[in-house]
Amino acid sequence: MLNSVKPNARRWLYAAAGLAFAATAALSPAKAEDTIKVGILHSLSGTMAISETTLKDVMLMLIDEQNKKGGLLGKKLEAVVVDPASNWPLFAEKARELISKDKVSVVFGCWTSVSRKSVLPVFKELNSILFYPVQFEGEEGERNVFYTGAAPNQQAIPAVDYLMSKDGGSVKRWVLEGTDYVYPRTTNKILEAYLKSKGVKDEDIMINYTPFGFSDWQTEVTKIKAFGSAGKKTAVVSTVNGDANVPFYKELGNQGIKATDIPVMAFSVGEEELAGLDTKPLVGHLAAWNYFESIKTPANATFIKEWHAFTKNPKRTTNDPMEAHYIGFNMWVKAVEKAKSTDPDKVIAALPGIKQANLTGGVSEMLPNHYITKPVFIGEIRADGQFDVVWKTKGLVKGDAWSPYLPGSKDLIADWVKLKCGNYNTVTKKCGSGS
Amino acid sequence: MRSFCGRITALVFALGLLVAGAGVALAGPYEDALVGFTEGSLSDTGDAINKVAASGNPLAAQLLQAAEDARLMFSAAQKKVFIKTKDDKLLDAATGKEFTGTPPDDIDTVIVNNRLRGIIDAVIGSLTLMSPNTNQRFDAAQAVFKSREVSALPALDKALAAEKDPRVKKAMNEARAAIVLTDKESSDADKIAAIAVIRDRGDQDALGLIDGMAAGQPADVHEAAQAASAKIQGNLAIWNAVQNAWYGLSLGSVLLLAAIGLAITFGVMGVINMAHGEMVMLGAYVTFVVQEFIRTRNPALFDYSLAIALPLAFIVSGAVGIFIERTVIRFLYGRPLETLLATWGISLVLQQAVRAAFGPTNKEVGNPSWMSGAFDLGGILITYNRMWIIVFTGLVFVALLAMLRFTRLGLEMRAVTQNRAMAAAMGIRTARIDALTFGLGSGIAGIAGVALSQIDNVSPNLGQGYIIDSFMVVVFGGVGNLWGTLVGALTLGIANKFLEPFAGAVLGKIAILVFIILFIQKRPRGMFALKGRAIEA
Amino acid sequence: MKAFSLIHILDRGAVLFLVLLGAFAVAIPVLNLLVPASSSLHVSTYLVALFGKYVCYGLLALSIDLIWGYAGILSLGHGAFFALGGYAMGMYLMRQIGTRGVYGNPVLPDFMVFLNWHELPFFWYGFNHFIYAALMILLVPGLLAFVFGWFAFRSRVTGVYLSIITQAMTYALLLGFFRNNFGFGGNNGLTDFKDILGFNVQVETTRNALLVTSCLALALGFLICRAIVTSKFGKVLVAIRDAESRTRFLGYRVEAYKLFVFTLSACMAGVAGALYVPQVGIINPGEFAPANSIEAVIWVAVGGRGTLTGAVLGAFVVNYAKTYFTSGVLAPYWLFMLGGLFIGTTLLMPRGIIGTLKYGFDQRAARSAAAEDGVETGAAPPAATPHAAE
Repeated sequence: MLNSVKPNARRWLYAAAGLAFAATAALSPAKAEDTIKVGILHSLSGTMAISETTLKDVMLMLIDEQNKKGGLLGKKLEAVVVDPASNWPLFAEKARELISKDKVSVVFGCWTSVSRKSVLPVFKELNSILFYPVQFEGEEGERNVFYTGAAPNQQAIPAVDYLMSKDGGSVKRWVLEGTDYVYPRTTNKILEAYLKSKGVKDEDIMINYTPFGFSDWQTEVTKIKAFGSAGKKTAVVSTVNGDANVPFYKELGNQGIKATDIPVMAFSVGEEELAGLDTKPLVGHLAAWNYFESIKTPANATFIKEWHAFTKNPKRTTNDPMEAHYIGFNMWVKAVEKAKSTDPDKVIAALPGIKQANLTGGVSEMLPNHYITKPVFIGEIRADGQFDVVWKTKGLVKGDAWSPYLPGSKDLIADWVKLKCGNYNTVTKKCGSGS
Repeated sequence: MRSFCGRITALVFALGLLVAGAGVALAGPYEDALVGFTEGSLSDTGDAINKVAASGNPLAAQLLQAAEDARLMFSAAQKKVFIKTKDDKLLDAATGKEFTGTPPDDIDTVIVNNRLRGIIDAVIGSLTLMSPNTNQRFDAAQAVFKSREVSALPALDKALAAEKDPRVKKAMNEARAAIVLTDKESSDADKIAAIAVIRDRGDQDALGLIDGMAAGQPADVHEAAQAASAKIQGNLAIWNAVQNAWYGLSLGSVLLLAAIGLAITFGVMGVINMAHGEMVMLGAYVTFVVQEFIRTRNPALFDYSLAIALPLAFIVSGAVGIFIERTVIRFLYGRPLETLLATWGISLVLQQAVRAAFGPTNKEVGNPSWMSGAFDLGGILITYNRMWIIVFTGLVFVALLAMLRFTRLGLEMRAVTQNRAMAAAMGIRTARIDALTFGLGSGIAGIAGVALSQIDNVSPNLGQGYIIDSFMVVVFGGVGNLWGTLVGALTLGIANKFLEPFAGAVLGKIAILVFIILFIQKRPRGMFALKGRAIEA
Repeated sequence: MKAFSLIHILDRGAVLFLVLLGAFAVAIPVLNLLVPASSSLHVSTYLVALFGKYVCYGLLALSIDLIWGYAGILSLGHGAFFALGGYAMGMYLMRQIGTRGVYGNPVLPDFMVFLNWHELPFFWYGFNHFIYAALMILLVPGLLAFVFGWFAFRSRVTGVYLSIITQAMTYALLLGFFRNNFGFGGNNGLTDFKDILGFNVQVETTRNALLVTSCLALALGFLICRAIVTSKFGKVLVAIRDAESRTRFLGYRVEAYKLFVFTLSACMAGVAGALYVPQVGIINPGEFAPANSIEAVIWVAVGGRGTLTGAVLGAFVVNYAKTYFTSGVLAPYWLFMLGGLFIGTTLLMPRGIIGTLKYGFDQRAARSAAAEDGVETGAAPPAATPHAAE
């Protein structure tokens, strides 16, 4: 009896050992080759694939073009693509893999704030560089992260300014509609404080949150309609995210809320999202971004042409986060050339002050707080799913790491050049702790 | 704004003159105004619109309409303005004649924003108050009600005097009352009369208008306003409840549509089909493909796209369902929990396959004209797409009931549901019934997808959003009983919609989930449990 | 079959498992800390963190196997207990940040500061003490499981109904924790941890210590599970799994048995979550997603339901595959792999890896026993029920 068991147990042991060996062999770091590796950390499956896949593609295109121009520091660039599958802990794992196993020099990635928060400790611990291309709530100033997306003062506040102006319809009553997560919450907090500072009364602001992927908007839209019938010009500022937008706009269209009655200003709806919608009932609703595909500049025309050629799809749209990656990637290239090295410390030191022409005719600059300067455009939705730019800021707006409209952060600034600090308190004159 | 009104009157007057066949002046205010459109700035465009409106040129209305529809083109280099007609002909805006030369290279659309569109609407609205078309006059009256522009009062009074149609007359009276209430200079008696008119309108806009009246009104006006406000509020409260019930019915019908296929497979086969949501998604993608095909081949058929998509979606999803049943599920009978895992795997594969084939982004599925828009029914607004979905769900439900009741397949399905072993002993080929049932359930999921494509995203994640809710409906309603599913779906839908205004969307949903968990403790087999020994597995 | 009727708490498989686990817990830290990075035997810190995560998943899988493999309770909401344990640990870790948060508030975590909260919600009290947090890690999932199970088992909610309401439970928690008003950081969750028990969570020694602790927890969990399934209590559980009504008619209080094992399993899942959080550095409502719980169930199915060791092996294998296939050229195909795994396992290998091995084992043992005794062996155990310790 026992005799017959033993050999099997042994075989089992061998199998397990073999497996363990195979695992270690496969996971051990690859040998460094003579290329500069660029990590791309965007979800290719799961709920966020809808937005992030495009960013992976644009990075591949940019790297491809840089290689055609002869690479960087005499070496070719090599893209390392991973799929964090819209799973936040997996983002951290993949970031660690990119930095410590694949030895990438820089990572371009993340979309949601939570994915950025998840990888942040990894980038700090392993001292690498992340370029983050999406508009977000701000309130962060990390040494290892460069924020090429818009901070609230580069999107939300100009958008509200426009709506309050004569051209925007002199809006007096505000609905702040958002998906219940940190970006809308923070943005709405900032906007609420900002609106109140402009003399808007409490009863003229309605704040409302819905869950992720919300699809039954009947009640919410009716509420907006009722709120908007009080005789004062009303607008909706929407931080509704991703998937919930399509049913939201469909319901708006069907309930007959036209842009001339109650305009909706969206911060998360771009060309890509509109591609999934019949835009005819939405003509005139607004979006605030730092880039629109419809903006006519030579640089943008070239970019769009290359994009269509690269994706072999003449209908693929371009959007704001893509431009952010375009700016970020080129800034990184310039910084590496300036530092003559891909060493993270040197590149981080070289990046502030780097200037890069953006696609809308201006020149963006990396600021000491690791945010960039951006123009702000307000676009109205056209029947063909593109935007007409109806307003833009004079010149470029500097990104604020910390909002002056939030009590917790009004005294904070970030400056990695002079102060070497991401959260310097201007009152206590100390870095970090307020105590 | 008085002068603005003057311009409109001038325009109306000029229009009248020119209809009589006057020639086109060569360099009048109209032609001068056109230059403003070529500057490419909103403020210049705004000035140009006002000037054009005031010019009294017969082309003004056509030009303004074109500007609103983004059909007004300009060339900055040649300082020329063109009107693109709806059938893509180019007219010279200055003469109104067709432009025959080659269009300039830098031709571009004149951009108008919401504010300018509002101005154009008001101008066109005032122009059409005297239109021979009843609907146009009605729309014009509505536009005036919205804009509450005091300057429109004389035109409105004139139109009122001539108006015969009672519906339009009522709208015009309301518009007039709205203007009176907004105007500070109107007399108290006028105001009280206006309040009465608005009170009878009785909707949210009316309430907003009365509550929005400036403070410091004389006592009697104030009293009248208070009374009217209270009356409207009482009225609205009732309509609100009706509205919530309607929304609940609509949500419930969506839930029912998504869950009904599941109820069949779950009921007959005891199979938990986690890939059910993906069958719905497939149906939605079929709709997308059909619409794409129609758009490229024969746009005239667009209004029939859903009718074409329905049978196709049923066939595609049904075929996929039968395929899944034959290749996977039939090996797992008697092991419901393993079926659950395997179908979950299938759902992942299907999702990723669709993502690979169609890309991860949302696809545009348009509403046919008969599914767009809304109409008022008493105090509530009913959108066509929701209404048709409710009707459609009802039809599917009835058809399914009839199928189960009157066809041989239905009979056999019921037999298998009640007692599989006995049914087999009676000579029913249960394996065939299983395959057909699964195909039927999946096919119905497919047509649910056609309906859902009208209100939701068409993306690879579509099915995921409905799967948990569908399970809740089936479990809550009771397995193996379509009436249970019906009652379950409507109860959950209506409960959700009555909770939402108080608790908010998120808490409302949580409350529903907790309620279901507790309910299952009370009735572990749902509301309408099948009785008998066979199901006590 | 005779060889397994003489079973004690530790059979050969269990001993082997513990030895391997022990070797793993010793070897990885040694290879990481003592072997120089240049050596080919060096294990990178990346792998230490990765393995630490796998071990936590292993413990979660173990807890699921205990209830699914032995008591027939398929919970599709075990991720909820895992996440609750994780949140309890996360709250402790947040309180440890103290004034090192970006706003420097000594009491409030950062997310509360920028959402204008002025004082700590009551349910955050006490989490600055590790002992209290540790208690909560066991208590919160345990209590939820107890209350949930108390209602569900008493009402005799079984089979797929139970699976679906566990799913509803985790879904409701998911929605709740997404709400920022709940006071758990909303979608961003809890992150940017600094210290655990005074040790920096990011340094290598702490990571290794966490890995070893996780291995210890896994070993302890395994021993507890073995003790249960090899006792008379375990036999009753198997009886419940195979014929619940019959067991009840024999006079056993089925609900009490189920309730005990369900609560215990939830506590184990809570511990797994608590150890997981400092190693991955974030806890977020995404952990409550029903998909996560279902994925955990498939680990058990792959490794072998009702084998305990199989559950742990399954967690390792599937997660290793996930790590491997979500990088490089294969990245877009990961979901095909995972989906295929679900289908393939249930269809082709219903016993899972260990189950299949054991089955082959038993067959041969039975055959040789039959050859010795000259007696025909009985029919093979039905495919649907994995071989249990009997």
